[in-house]
Amino acid sequence: MSLIRLLFYFMSFIAIASALYAASTKNLVRSIFVFFVTLFALAGLYVLCLADFVAVTQVVIYVGGILVLILFAFMLSGKETLDVMQQQKGKFFSLGKLPAILLAALFFIVMINVVLKADADNLPWVKDSIANNNTIAPNVATIDNIGVNLMTRYLLPFEAISVLLLMALVGAAHLSRKEAEA
Amino acid sequence: MITLTDFLVVSVALFCIGLYMIISKRNAIQILIGIELILNAAILNLVAFGKHDAVNNSGQIFALFAIVLAAATTAVALAIILNVYRKYKTIDPDKINNLKDQ
Repeated sequence: MSLIRLLFYFMSFIAIASALYAASTKNLVRSIFVFFVTLFALAGLYVLCLADFVAVTQVVIYVGGILVLILFAFMLSGKETLDVMQQQKGKFFSLGKLPAILLAALFFIVMINVVLKADADNLPWVKDSIANNNTIAPNVATIDNIGVNLMTRYLLPFEAISVLLLMALVGAAHLSRKEAEA
Repeated sequence: MITLTDFLVVSVALFCIGLYMIISKRNAIQILIGIELILNAAILNLVAFGKHDAVNNSGQIFALFAIVLAAATTAVALAIILNVYRKYKTIDPDKINNLKDQ
């Protein structure tokens, strides 16, 4: 077993285990901080896909931006959520969660079947790209190419997303302002 | 070598955990974490397939767009959660049952 495969199993185990813990714990603070771990493990998986720039962006934006936002929202609305947690502490396994578990498990079975049937490694375009040497090699820096593509081929979506981001941030600031009289 | 199917299986597992969180949690912030998990599963797929597109980098670039969109949605969603908390003093989505201000 090669080292890269070992690393893949390690990263994916951490990602899935921490996501499961975040889903199963009743403590909101633990859920948020374990989600940190999931995001870091996913960044490691992106590196294993040879997408180092996306991995760095993941760490900067998700861990640096989104999680801090979530923590702020938790701290600004924290007291009530802590009360909700206290009420649920007695029950180990509540029957109300059963439909959710069932639905998620059935979805899992169906999608695993789809993935195994689709056989992504033998798709025609993937085989073409391997044959034409269009696959990213581990020893090539991809960041130059990403930058050039972002400013030429994908310029329109890039501009659209910048306008959308501006709109979203102005909207968020508008929504969370203090009302004049309320 | 890691095959594409391995990445797809990991992303399916993450998707289902996110789905479970969205359905079962009674706290808007944890539901938001579930949505982020599903988005990350989709980004993992984009990146895994993007490995086979060295010239155009379509997978990686759209993964970047998806990350930016996730940041935008989170900012707006948290603003909405804070407003709801100010009005109802709870962030349990089951207890918020008015569409209009009283």
